Amino acid sequence: MTAATHDEHHAGPPSSFLDRWLFTTNHKDIGTLYLLFALLMFFVGGAMAMVIRAELFQPGMQLVDPYFFNQMTTMHALVMIFGAVMPAFVGLANWMIPIQIGAPDMALPRMNNWSFWILPFAFAIMLATFLMPGGALAGGWTMYPPLMLQHGMAFPFAIFAIHLLGISSIMGAINVVATILNMRAPGMTLMKMPLFVWTWLITAYLIIAVMPVLAGAITMLLTDQYFGTSFFSAAGGGDPVMYQHIFWFFGHPEVYIMILPAFGIVSAIIPTFARKPLFGYSSMVYAVASIAFLSFIVWAHHMFTVGMPLAGELFFMYATMLIAVPTGVKVFNWIATMWRGAMTFETPMLFAIGFVILFTIGGLSGIMLAIAPADYQYHDTYFVVAHFHYVLVTGAVFSLFAAAYYWLPKWTGHMYDERLGKWHFWLSVITVNVLFFPQHFLGLAGMPRRIPDYAVQFTEFNMISSIGGFAFGLSQLIFVWVVIKCIRGGEKATDQVWEGARGLEWTLSSPPPYHSFTTPPKIESSAGLEGSPR
Amino acid sequence: MSENREQPKRHGRTVGKLLAVAFGMFAFGFALVPLYQVICEVTGLNGFVSNRIVNEPMPEVDKSRTVTVEFLANVGGGANWEFRPTVRTMEVHPGEIYTTSYYARNPAGDAAAAQASYSVAPGNAARYFGKPDCFCFTRQEFDAGEGRDMPVTFFVSPNLPANVNRVTLAYTFHELAN
Amino acid sequence: MKVTKRLGARLGLGLGLLLAAGPAAASWGMNLTRGVTSLSQSVYDLHMLVLWICVVIGTVVFGLILWSVIHHRKSRGVTAAQFHHSTAVEIAWTVVPMLILIAMAIPATRVLVAMHDTGDADVTIKVTGYQWMWEYEYIDEDIQFFSRLDRESDRVRQLRSGLDPREVENYLLNVDKPLVVPVNQKIRFLLTANDVIHSFWVPDLGWKRDAIPGFINEAWAEIQEPGIYRGQCAELCGRDHAFMPIVVIAKSQEDYEAWIAEQRAEANGVPEVAAEEAPVEEAVAADMDMDDLMQRGEDVYGAQCAACHQADGRGNPPMFPTLAGSDFVVGPAEDVIDIVLNGQGAMPPLGGVLDDADVASVVTYIRNAFGNETGDVVQPADVQAAR
Repeated sequence: MTAATHDEHHAGPPSSFLDRWLFTTNHKDIGTLYLLFALLMFFVGGAMAMVIRAELFQPGMQLVDPYFFNQMTTMHALVMIFGAVMPAFVGLANWMIPIQIGAPDMALPRMNNWSFWILPFAFAIMLATFLMPGGALAGGWTMYPPLMLQHGMAFPFAIFAIHLLGISSIMGAINVVATILNMRAPGMTLMKMPLFVWTWLITAYLIIAVMPVLAGAITMLLTDQYFGTSFFSAAGGGDPVMYQHIFWFFGHPEVYIMILPAFGIVSAIIPTFARKPLFGYSSMVYAVASIAFLSFIVWAHHMFTVGMPLAGELFFMYATMLIAVPTGVKVFNWIATMWRGAMTFETPMLFAIGFVILFTIGGLSGIMLAIAPADYQYHDTYFVVAHFHYVLVTGAVFSLFAAAYYWLPKWTGHMYDERLGKWHFWLSVITVNVLFFPQHFLGLAGMPRRIPDYAVQFTEFNMISSIGGFAFGLSQLIFVWVVIKCIRGGEKATDQVWEGARGLEWTLSSPPPYHSFTTPPKIESSAGLEGSPR
Repeated sequence: MSENREQPKRHGRTVGKLLAVAFGMFAFGFALVPLYQVICEVTGLNGFVSNRIVNEPMPEVDKSRTVTVEFLANVGGGANWEFRPTVRTMEVHPGEIYTTSYYARNPAGDAAAAQASYSVAPGNAARYFGKPDCFCFTRQEFDAGEGRDMPVTFFVSPNLPANVNRVTLAYTFHELAN
Repeated sequence: MKVTKRLGARLGLGLGLLLAAGPAAASWGMNLTRGVTSLSQSVYDLHMLVLWICVVIGTVVFGLILWSVIHHRKSRGVTAAQFHHSTAVEIAWTVVPMLILIAMAIPATRVLVAMHDTGDADVTIKVTGYQWMWEYEYIDEDIQFFSRLDRESDRVRQLRSGLDPREVENYLLNVDKPLVVPVNQKIRFLLTANDVIHSFWVPDLGWKRDAIPGFINEAWAEIQEPGIYRGQCAELCGRDHAFMPIVVIAKSQEDYEAWIAEQRAEANGVPEVAAEEAPVEEAVAADMDMDDLMQRGEDVYGAQCAACHQADGRGNPPMFPTLAGSDFVVGPAEDVIDIVLNGQGAMPPLGGVLDDADVASVVTYIRNAFGNETGDVVQPADVQAAR
């Protein structure tokens, strides 16, 4: 960003705009690109959510055709998952992992450039399907056949775009693993790594393991449609339910791909503002690892209603309930970290505490959903919608805001506007609950998800939810303003930035030089890393 | 950790291993297809009938027990074929072989072909349901307006769980495009 | 302190709402229904048990956070403790949740086992999902019919209809012909679908189950009280997913048997439409004039065709072709009749749903509406000849 003036030892960034941004192999620049792209997509997906909430504001069809509504729900999910949340975490990984482990850059800088620049192309294709005859995908982001096979032109193009996104994610993940395994500074043992690095290492393995499975599933859809195979068609001896098994074998680990790095972020922020080391570092690492392992054996809880044998349903119910244990360990560890600390409540800490509380609400409704016989009622209702938005919006997205506020001073060299940051937090946290909490009631009272119109008894809660939705959407504009303001100027940030911050990134200047740690730093046992006592 | 010169080599090894994992998982996605078939056969998932028991030695006929077998017919989306079982239900003794049939008629003015798939409910009965002979998953050619009976030979194994007293055999008839 | 108060207030509000879920359920519809079957009641009890456990856990966790946020803040002049590990505590908060989970798993297992027991049923009903309606078939009674959104809701739910849904009784939860079942009998549902995956859900029965093309799923219910129970499709099945409700009427054994007899009489003697629309039925044999055909055609079009081909015939290509200005539509009438009767691709066959006069009317209508002007009429007799 404005790194050039602070760069005394090494060459600064290329002066030409194209060289700097299009051909960049610098982890900080690529991280910035990822983060800005994710922010853009957050608003694209958010605009679609606004259309959804506007149509649902009252019963009756006022604004859009039901088929267009289905395109909105489908594309909202695809854009938010693959365009906003995942790229934002990859952006953070690019920026922070090298400077948290004392590496000069990512292991494979040129591939890094490719993984980013595939994204805008993939999304250009994906969003262009809106203009094609028949419109964009409208069968839900889960793309279940046979419904998925009823699309027009959008079908092959969207599948191509998703393949590209998968390739981009896999390349990004390989880069993360190679960086973490091979480029740690001397003395930075695995069990001394900051938790953000740990969670990303595990996330990267998850991505490498499951994105190819998604690629396989959608390739089978493609051959079913155009090349006469019948993987998922009953007519030729296939089974549409098999698609759901394969999809959710990808889909459940995907959920954790979007939440494990959030755990890492929160585990960095809470100790900083509690001025106290993270409680139970090693149990945190084991908890993340066991959550990742369990994520491979619980997929069928997304499809309890397809009619599985009793033994299968029992197995998936028990395995799913088991996830509550390591997740609980993490929440208790965060609370124990806050306990008897000396806390201050700057914006990153507010978002982190908001995360712990609201993610826990999502976790608790998750336990309810795990109970298979009760899930027969909850499944495919707004209760599920409320659940996964608590986990993904007040979970993943809140952690991203926390991370942005936490590291913005380091990235730009300027303090962000604390007053605006607090406004952003308080408006977000109130409106997001107005938006999603009533959806629990709607679901329990019997409102199915993915419907553009509803019976009149659901009117009041939908209105409340829509008002919360518009307000939440508008509140996010504050964040854009904070970021722009922070990039353009502001109070000079110190290297340490936060009084309680510990870790290698805070030993660098703010902003860090364009090339940092070209000679590896020395890690001493008293370096104050998260695993070691101060 | 290591000399800078060794770094590219180490990265190459790491990338190679990870790419192998990625390709392996892509293949695994496809391997799930036969794996799923095996799981269906073993568990009767989705009413998949394993004809494995057809090849096993047949246990004694259990005259003391009667099971109701009901026959359902569906026509796959879009088609307008006439398709129905000739009898709706049969009372059978486990272990004995029975024959029934389905009637199908091509309503169109042109010759056409169709193929049937089937499903057995409840799922835990599927593996005890044997069909030594059936018209499923083979192409059935029909002349314009032709209708005919298609036989099904089946038996219920005496090992059928005791709490199952009604078994449903459902065929779905799908018109084939040329 | 300001921060604390706000956080506290917000937490209080959230929990308060959650706690209010029980008592306030009647007016605002905030909680799961108890339902009217033994299964739905055990599901409800299970739901309430788990909900309360979650509320208690949430209260404890959020209480700890609140306490910590209030008391362990730097502005109070505290110095941070430096502990970062305690094996005993960590073991405790691993084991205690385990025990709680086991306590939840035991009743959950019991209910699940009961749900899977579809044996010894008294009535078997086959349910088939279509885009976008349900077909019910009483296996032992030789009764079969389709059930779709009632015309009143259907008119109001059209995009920018300008009509107020609040004035429609049971908006979107009413059908033209409901499913009728006896009370206190074990009813076994066999679920399948014709085109894409649907999901049969009546909350009062306590479950939903997917209807999958080519496969048969099973579920059961034993309704304890006579009444009308409403639900809808719960699995996204295309454009009109929101518009395929389910209505189940549970009747006493005598009333149910009377209903069965009535259905049989209709099926064997006079066609079903005759009972409802006797005068029209007389006209079916005779030729109809253009105005009658167009008027009836418009109704039929609105109910059957507008969902895909749109009220103004512009369709939603390529899935749902445009009818306005289509060469096919104004081409030979026999081809149009054939496709309406027999369907093609995504278009469902309507021969079993519409009578001859309906088909004749709707074909006449599309050939003379949206700017199409063949000027000719199709008569019920033409349709009968084409069947």
